[in-house]
Order: sequence, then C-alpha cells, then structure tokens
Amino acid sequence: MPLDTATVARIAKLARLDIPESDLEPLAGELSNILSWIEQLNEVDVEGVEPMTSVVDVTLPMRDDEVTDGGHADDIVGNAPETTDNFFVVPKVIE
Amino acid sequence: MADASGLVGLTIAEMRDGLEKREFSGVDLAQAHIEAAEAARPLNAYITETARTALDRAFFSDTRRAQGPVGPMSGIPIAVKDLFCTRDVLTTAGSHILDGFTPTYESTVTTNLAHAGAVMIGKTNLDEFAMGSSNMTSHYGPVENPWRRSGDNRPLVPGGSSGGSAALVAARAVPGAIGTDTGGSIRQPASFCGVVGMKPTYGRCSRWGIVAFASSLDQAGPFARTVRDCAILLGAMAGHDPKDSTSVDIAVPDYEAALSGDIKGLRVGIPAEYRVEGMADEIETLWGNGIAWLNEAGAETVEISLPHTKYALPTYYIVAPAEASSNLARYDGVKYGLRVTGDDLADQYGKTRAAGFGAEVKRRVMIGTYVLSAGYYDAYYLRAQRIRTLIARDFHRAFEKVDVILTPTTPSPAFAMGEKMDDPVAMYLNDVFTVPSSLAGLPAISVPAGLSGDGLPLGLHLIAKAFDEETLFRAADVLEQAAGFDAQPAFVAGRP
Repeated sequence: MPLDTATVARIAKLARLDIPESDLEPLAGELSNILSWIEQLNEVDVEGVEPMTSVVDVTLPMRDDEVTDGGHADDIVGNAPETTDNFFVVPKVIE
Repeated sequence: MADASGLVGLTIAEMRDGLEKREFSGVDLAQAHIEAAEAARPLNAYITETARTALDRAFFSDTRRAQGPVGPMSGIPIAVKDLFCTRDVLTTAGSHILDGFTPTYESTVTTNLAHAGAVMIGKTNLDEFAMGSSNMTSHYGPVENPWRRSGDNRPLVPGGSSGGSAALVAARAVPGAIGTDTGGSIRQPASFCGVVGMKPTYGRCSRWGIVAFASSLDQAGPFARTVRDCAILLGAMAGHDPKDSTSVDIAVPDYEAALSGDIKGLRVGIPAEYRVEGMADEIETLWGNGIAWLNEAGAETVEISLPHTKYALPTYYIVAPAEASSNLARYDGVKYGLRVTGDDLADQYGKTRAAGFGAEVKRRVMIGTYVLSAGYYDAYYLRAQRIRTLIARDFHRAFEKVDVILTPTTPSPAFAMGEKMDDPVAMYLNDVFTVPSSLAGLPAISVPAGLSGDGLPLGLHLIAKAFDEETLFRAADVLEQAAGFDAQPAFVAGRP
C-alpha cells in the first residue's frame, strides 16, 4: 500500500522530524518502495509461530533492587547544550 | 615496507611475539602506527586520531611488560569504530547530531581491550549510526577503499557500516580493529576490503557503551588480516558484563588454541537457498572453491535447506528500523550533541532531529516509527518477529546435521562511490547473505578467498552454532590457509 504525503507527514510528526513540505512527496515514494518490497512477508504462514523475544536461549538475569552506582550528576549533564545547577535546560513547556 | 621501523604490516601475532622477545617496544609500535595513520589520511578512515593517548598507553604497556607477564594484546595498536564510547575522546557515531559528544565513560569492550593493554590509535569512520553498507552516509564524508579495480582509478566504497575499520586494516595502517555488526556491518566491509571480519554470537561481547542501533542485533567484533589475529582480538573483547543484561555469563575460551588446523570429519552445510537468482559466476566459482578446499582438508559437505532465507532481508528491514526508531529517540537536543533552537520544546525536537540526522537515518527512523505505530504493529512488526523465529528455527534444524555453514559473504565485490545510491533497496541487497545469521544471533566470519575478474577481493562466509566460535575459527583458519589470499591493495599506508 503506497503511502500518501499526509501519512508521511503524520509519521514525521510521530518521529519528531521536521520535514519540509517539498520533501514529503519524494519521501512518500522512497518509503512506499521499501514497504512494497517488505510486503513479500505476507506470503509467509506465521500461524501458531511465537514472535521472537530473545535471540539466544537465556533467561534475563535478576539482581537485588539496590543502589549500585550514582553521584555523577556532573558527568550526566557534562555534554548537555544548556544546563543550570545540574539540570537540563529546555524551552518553557508550561505557560 | 617503506616505514623506517619495518613494523607496519606485521600481524598481531607477529607483534606479540616480537614484543615478547624485546625486538621492539610498544612505544615503537605506537609511533609507527601513528605515522601510518597520518599516511592513511587520504582514505578518510579515521574521524579522530588519538596519538597522545596511544603513546601513553604504549609506554604503560612497556612498563607492565618489564614487571612481568602481560596478555597477548598488550602493546598492540588497534583502531576503534567511532560507535564505541571512549572516555574524554570525541564519539560521533558518524552523525552530525552527536556534535562535540565526549563521553564521560568508556564502553565495556574498549575497557576490556585497554585492560588487556591494547593501544588505540584512533576512532574510525562509519555509516551514520551504523546504518549503511557503503560508508557513504557518514557526516564525516565517505571512506575510500584502499583497493582499486584493475585499470580503473575510480574510488570504491569500503563497504559498511564499519568501513573505516576495514579500510585501515586492509591498508596496513593498523593490524587489527574493532567494529560492530547488526546485519553485516563487519563481514561485508571485511569482504570488500580483503580482510578477515568476525561477528560473534549475540551476547558474547557486551553492548554497554556502544551507541545503540538495533539492540537485539548489534554485536561487537574484530577485524584483522588473519583469522588467528581475529581470534586473539576477540579473546580480549569478549566476556560477561553485568551492565548488559543480554551479555551471557559463560567462560571465554582460548580462541587461538582452537586453531588446530584439523577439520577432518567437520560437517559443512551448503544452503541451497543462497544460490540466489542472477548470482555472478565469479561468486559461484569462489563458493565452489571454498567447498573444494574444505573437502580436501577432510571436511564433509552436506546440502542443507534454510527455507526462509529470502524473507530475512525484509524481516531485518522491519526489526532493525523499529528498534532504531526507538533507540534514536534519545537524540533530542537536550542531553548531548546538536541543538537547534525552536519556538517551543516540540519545535526544538523536530528542528534538531531534522538538522542532525542524515537522509538514510531519517528513512529508517520513519520506517521504524510507521511499523510500530497504532494499526500497523501487528501487520508489520509482530509478523516480522514471528518470521524471525522461523529463520532462527531453520538454522537450528540445519545445525542438527552440520557443524558450520559455508556461503559467499556478499553478492558482489566493492562498488564505486556513487553507484547503488539511488535505490535504498538495491543497497540493502548487499547484506543478503549476512543478515540471516544476524537475525538468528549466530557467530559468523568473512575470510578473503579470492579476487574478482576486475581484481577486487571477495570473501567467503562461515556461520556456526551459537557460542561455538571455536569451531568457526578452526574452519576459517583452514579456509584461509587453503585460499592463500596474499594480494595487496593499491593503497598501503606509508608505501609510495
């Protein structure tokens, strides 16, 4: 099913990508090509097949719920474009 | 060798032995490979050279050696794909969006290598966020393959995404390098550059501190010019890490000790489905040579079937973008890297991500977002995860009958820069032989095995059972000896 420009604009919004109006048409073409190639998966009979959740046969390890590390606020904000007192600074969200 | 020291071009095993016999020092090796990095600059394969730290680490390795026994990687120069976070060293993932990112922590794999005494010469160029098969998508520009077609001077791609690592090893600028492989990102460039490249079993190496692309597929692995060197390098990278819950808590074997040269009775599977339509004669011939070499060494070939092979690539192009769209949500202009100011927070996100991501990354993030979005999740993502189960099952069944599987690594040799750029799907087809084993989490290796009609390297690909890297290395070593690949690229670092 080919994607129309409205759908591409919706995906771009979900993905938080500012796509200029003029790029929607070519992007719709590219993404539709990829998706139509992917359509061949519909030929496969997947009835009763479990979706893969782990590629190797292991159980996820558990550990005690306790603090093992911390106190690195300076490191954590060290690469941020803008910070104040070890907080990340963003444009005002609540008016 | 034109380098004054005569050290550039040695293998890791030769460097280790020479260091042990005090024929040269780690500092000598570091110095020679810092100069080799400068000589290799026309390839654009390093994003960052780390000469000063390299000399410090080499000096430290020499000091340790003077005090007592050291590990096999001690003092050995390596290059590191710029997807591994390195403390106080710029880490870019080949993306504009990580501008200026200097991690305050070190990835587990590079930590393991540093503890083993390895000496990082620099961080290597790659496709942006490891998404690509050509190295053309890097924000830092394309990497040149050191090889040229005979009688044709057009620059070729080194493959990708770990193109810089593969090109540097091929050009003798470094004896070994590390990369990551999600769908073929080590094995395909290894094949294109005529070096050995290996992807271990998913869970063998920690993913902690590696910039994430598709977390259920990403795995670190080694590049070198010999199978033995890859075995040595992997031994220093692998191991359980409590910080990565998918890293497996089993002992790391002595991979080098597995290279016995004896494959008598080894059962080698030849999957019928890999004889793809329109496969070039030279690839077919190469594969036939591989079968004959292994047979001559006493292995037994077995025809096998992996029925869902043709669905692996489209399955991958749902699973990997889905995971990528989720992993790349963290690039928002708030925590690190590029920020483009907007009217409000949402506008800032949209503008930052639009400016920071390249075209291929945007495409994959959008495909991933689409297949995970309401109303499409079952039809695309869940279906793909079911087919992934079927693909893994195909391998499990095959491995009841065989010990390893032999295929070509890539459907063609390296292509020229600019070729295959118009059609994303044509580019994706590069990974047709490497993606299935990635989806099944299996260890696999590419070994240079011959030259194409126009003089370019071609690789053969071996796949083994999960966590049976020893059999994989043993078979690859025999294949390597039989192939006797000794051709050198047009460009060798430091050679006039």
